Amino acid sequence: MRVNFTVNGRPQEADDVWEGESLLYVLRERLGLPGSKNACEQGECGSCTVRLDGVPVCSCLVAAGQVEGREVVTVEGLADFAKQRAEGGCASGACGTSSQNAQGWDAKGSDSQTGEGTELSTIQQAFIDAGAVQCGFCTPGLLVAADEMLERNPNPSDADIREALSGNLCRCTGYEKIMDAVRLAAARQSEAV
Amino acid sequence: MDFLRPASWEEALAAKAEHPTAVPIAGGTDVMVEINFDHRRPEYLLDLNRIGDLCEWEVGEESVRLGASVPYTKIMENLRAELPGLALASHTVASPQIRNRGGVGGNLGTASPAGDAHPALLAAGAEVEVESVRGSRRIPIDAFYTGVKRNALAADELIRAVHVKKADGPQQFSKVGTRNAMVIAVCAFGLALHPETRTVRTGIGSAAPTPVRAKAAEEFLTAALEEGGFWDNGQIITPSVAKQFANLCSAACNPIDDVRGTASYRRHAVGVMARRTLTWTWESYRGARRLTEGAA
Amino acid sequence: MASPSGTPTKITQGSQTKGGIGESTLRPDGTLKVTGEFAYSSDMWHEDMLWGQILRSTVAHAEIVSIDTSEALATPGVYAVMTYDDLPTDVKNYGLEIQDTPVLAHGKVRHHGEPVALVAADHPETARRAAAKIKVDYRELPVITDEASATAPDALLVHENRDDHHAGHVPHPNIVHRQPIVRGDVAAARERADVIVTGEYTFGMQDQAFLGPESGLAVPEEDGGVHLYIATQWLHSDLRQMAPVLGLPEDKVRMTLSGVGGAFGGREDLSMQIHACLLALRTGKPVKIVYNRFESFFGHVHRHPAKLYYEHGATKDGKLTHLKCRIVLDGGAYASASPAVVGNASSLSVGPYVVEDVDIEAIALYTNNPPCGAMRGFGAVQACFAYEAQMDKLAAKLGMDPVEFRRLNAMEQGTLLPTGQPVDSPAPVAELLRRVKAMPMPPERQWESSEGADVRQLPGGLSNTTHGEGVVRGVGYAVGIKNVGFSEGFDDYSTAKVRMEVVAGEPVATVHTAMAEVGQGGVTVHAQIARTELGVTQVTIHPADTQVGSAGSTSASRQTYVTGGAVKNSCELVREKVLEIGRRKFGSYHPAWATAELLLEGGKVVTDAGEVLGDLADVLEGETVEVEAEWRHRPTEPFDLRTGQGNGHVQYSFAAHRAVVEVDTELGLVKVIELACAQDVGKALNPLSVLGQIQGGTTQGLGVAVMEEIVVDPKTAKVKNPSFTDYLIPTILDTPTIPVDVLELADEHAPYGLRGIGEAPTLSSTPAVLAAIRAATGLELNRTPVRPEHLTGTA
Repeated sequence: MRVNFTVNGRPQEADDVWEGESLLYVLRERLGLPGSKNACEQGECGSCTVRLDGVPVCSCLVAAGQVEGREVVTVEGLADFAKQRAEGGCASGACGTSSQNAQGWDAKGSDSQTGEGTELSTIQQAFIDAGAVQCGFCTPGLLVAADEMLERNPNPSDADIREALSGNLCRCTGYEKIMDAVRLAAARQSEAV
Repeated sequence: MDFLRPASWEEALAAKAEHPTAVPIAGGTDVMVEINFDHRRPEYLLDLNRIGDLCEWEVGEESVRLGASVPYTKIMENLRAELPGLALASHTVASPQIRNRGGVGGNLGTASPAGDAHPALLAAGAEVEVESVRGSRRIPIDAFYTGVKRNALAADELIRAVHVKKADGPQQFSKVGTRNAMVIAVCAFGLALHPETRTVRTGIGSAAPTPVRAKAAEEFLTAALEEGGFWDNGQIITPSVAKQFANLCSAACNPIDDVRGTASYRRHAVGVMARRTLTWTWESYRGARRLTEGAA
Repeated sequence: MASPSGTPTKITQGSQTKGGIGESTLRPDGTLKVTGEFAYSSDMWHEDMLWGQILRSTVAHAEIVSIDTSEALATPGVYAVMTYDDLPTDVKNYGLEIQDTPVLAHGKVRHHGEPVALVAADHPETARRAAAKIKVDYRELPVITDEASATAPDALLVHENRDDHHAGHVPHPNIVHRQPIVRGDVAAARERADVIVTGEYTFGMQDQAFLGPESGLAVPEEDGGVHLYIATQWLHSDLRQMAPVLGLPEDKVRMTLSGVGGAFGGREDLSMQIHACLLALRTGKPVKIVYNRFESFFGHVHRHPAKLYYEHGATKDGKLTHLKCRIVLDGGAYASASPAVVGNASSLSVGPYVVEDVDIEAIALYTNNPPCGAMRGFGAVQACFAYEAQMDKLAAKLGMDPVEFRRLNAMEQGTLLPTGQPVDSPAPVAELLRRVKAMPMPPERQWESSEGADVRQLPGGLSNTTHGEGVVRGVGYAVGIKNVGFSEGFDDYSTAKVRMEVVAGEPVATVHTAMAEVGQGGVTVHAQIARTELGVTQVTIHPADTQVGSAGSTSASRQTYVTGGAVKNSCELVREKVLEIGRRKFGSYHPAWATAELLLEGGKVVTDAGEVLGDLADVLEGETVEVEAEWRHRPTEPFDLRTGQGNGHVQYSFAAHRAVVEVDTELGLVKVIELACAQDVGKALNPLSVLGQIQGGTTQGLGVAVMEEIVVDPKTAKVKNPSFTDYLIPTILDTPTIPVDVLELADEHAPYGLRGIGEAPTLSSTPAVLAAIRAATGLELNRTPVRPEHLTGTA
């Protein structure tokens, strides 16, 4: 089957999709976007979290055919997504993207070998600065979930953070640095306002 | 495998009539796990995501008509006053990501005894609106669960909505899992006080082959509340009544030993939850009563 | 063939990041990891690649009567189906220490989920459907599941005709290895004891549950070899086991480390490495294998479950008199790291305490349970659970404070281990206990708020089981000792290749090792070491591969010590060469070139008095300096097989925990409120990473205290919960605040005085939580994980 949908503002088409394939598989294996991770494929770990029409979901549990005509934001598009939101553009992910912006996420990464100089969203930078990244396999899903929480709740309590991220397992950090990172991002975002 | 994408409810019914083995998929939170883990290879997947009506709800005079695909997140956020038990149950479902996708229709369709919505639906009193090309009918929740992961749906029927009675009194939901978030129920308990009819209803999850009500416990408590004049005098329920209610709820269980818990623990935990939720709802009832009296 | 997408590239750090050792510099791979661009092994992709699938046994112990692959082979889209009969050479087994593990089952399967056949196809679903069509006829055998069934007189042998180096000294062929340790006179010491406590403890089977499942891509090469992109803990160990099975010389099996999604010991053994290479060589096409979570539970070894039988005595003034203990570890069907686990469990069974008279025995069994091997803190973790429970029992019996009782018996520098080996570096056990006890206590009843009870802060959490009813607080303490590095005479070394040159006018150092970065931050530390030793800002980390010598394993808390030591050593050798060049080029301009102690700092050559002699860029102009060198820590020796005596260990790591828990005593649900830790790290090379290791290790210990266990049916030896739905690991709502007090007492024998840190926090976390639950409930609780059933009498 063929599936057409929008990923990070760009129209995408996937062909010869097996009907049992998940959105996660299509992103990773057909569209060259392996940032969303395949850690459990049963909705228990959150590593594959993406935004589907603005809503965080486990992409492993969305059948590829179900995303026909819909908008998906993955970790690869998070920096641009946050930038547009900060600039007062569409923050929900449910509205269209201009062709100019559509090129954006692809063109970023001034030096993909160093990573330095890449423009990051507040939450991404906070994860690096706070030491919230170890093996990094849970990181993409956590970033998408945490970014969405801060969008809804810019001043979360610790219990709010824990509740919002309770669907994202991390095995390396013991979560303490992840808490630090989200607090840091919240503080930086409120300073910026 | 074929992927059917009906654009309307009528198309969906037609597709289900043509392919009775088609597996409906909405939130995907049950079906996709089975596909990913190679437990199931349905001939047809019937995608219900394009039917917007399923994601809507209406608050009526007596009850709420809740579309089968209304995500748990929306129930938590929007229906706490009308359906407090179901809203509490919704909050215990898996993770935020799952609550954003899953809805009551999935719980009912799968009919797993561990589905979080069941005890709340049983306690509140609900009817499941199902439809096929042959017509529409409403199945009382008490008649809906017919066996382990089996329900009263005919092969050509789809779940369209549930009609849940609006709360006329306090409701509670409690679930035991061995983790503080994102956990499948070891067992669960729902309780609804119905001051208008001076009755109580219960629902028990994961402690019998199907979700069940503790009917003997309900009858006992209804009688005890009546006899003691509790509805009117608003007194604290005596510990012996609470204890007997808890014991009868435990006795309503018919659990098994499995990797998530022992039968003995399930019986015990259901009793504890029954006692606690009775205390919480009754305190809430007394509080509301005092407020009303104070206002009068 | 062309390189696949996701091939790791060099990462240069420096234009924005500075900082040598002791500073919390940021990860060089951090940006790639937060943008989704960091390529893990499961992200690898190659044009025209096939997908491999493994058919695994559905029973635990059986003879294979027949395998019929014809229908699978005939499936459209299938390129190859392989069984034991298709293996290319006479080497058909592999193993870390004992080569007892069949690449594909031959005639018999010994555990549930053992690989039986392989399929390569053009889509994973095609491969799965084809694998399901392979017909395997099993004749089931009785299962061996515990010590009694393994050592019964008529027990079936899990492995017949053993000829490994442990076979000669074990009392039964179903025992992999046995290590006794006897020292002093236990009978006499027992006479001196005023109190004696005994206990039987059970430790459940824990899974590493790393988030990135086993995966890799094998690409056939034009020279007949194969290039494997893989997530592993030790490239060269994989290579050594793979090449003979593939029938290739080691230089034709190229290995490149892909992104590793956590490890914790679970990637020390081979998983799909050989399988992917076999299929790639057979089909001539790149083959990718990615386990799903279900398969991952069968695809790697777990932590050894254990039974531990302990007897301690003490005098009435609180001094330990003796220890008798017997530790039975279940190694499952294949040996994996079992011998080393036995060595650790026995030699550290006494814990960080002074006990002069001991009678210790540890064994690992062969059974038909899932194979067990390396997991964070192995051997020491199980023992710590038991000896810390004993310490609490003794303190209670003596009416002493449990922390003071421990402090009274704490080992210190100079203490002899039961193996007779002196602890020759700081052992601040009493101080760590003092510090962790002195940390402020978390406030009571944090769940209370103006809007009622916040269930998120109560046992049961979001499930809304209590609003405070039945909740009792408890506090518990524990401390542990872990050996660092490979012990018992193993030649534990690492290799580092360091290059210095001028790029765009700037001196740049390149560090190339085969160290597996599994998340621990080794790459961060290597860049820091290079900056410190070579005075540069820019450091390039070369991808880890087998084009450089072995780095040893990323395990045993050893990588910062050993590969960090190797990087430091190679940097020092490079520095000498750079200075030689400087002397040759510029020596005549300043006498200090010949006379002073010279250092490289801030891109310059300076004297120890701080005088600048020249720019590194000028010295290195037109030159490239490169050194590849091996580096070893002090040698160790094996334990004597009868007495257990010997200087088996090189270094120790100590951590202490205080757990504060709240238990819903009616429902048996636990909320850990705080897990405070004090740990001696010798020298924190990167303080931020140190905290991350301690907090992460602490949380894995919490997991096995209250929820994590692979449940194996004792009747069938089949795994009952191979999924993240039923094997639960802590969520962020289960994990408390983890305040850490870091002590830095240098170990003079180690580079920079550092101590391996990764494992110690996993040891003491579990018994501290258990002690706190005991304090809250008054129950004895001799097994971990503790389940609601154990707290409510409904097991």
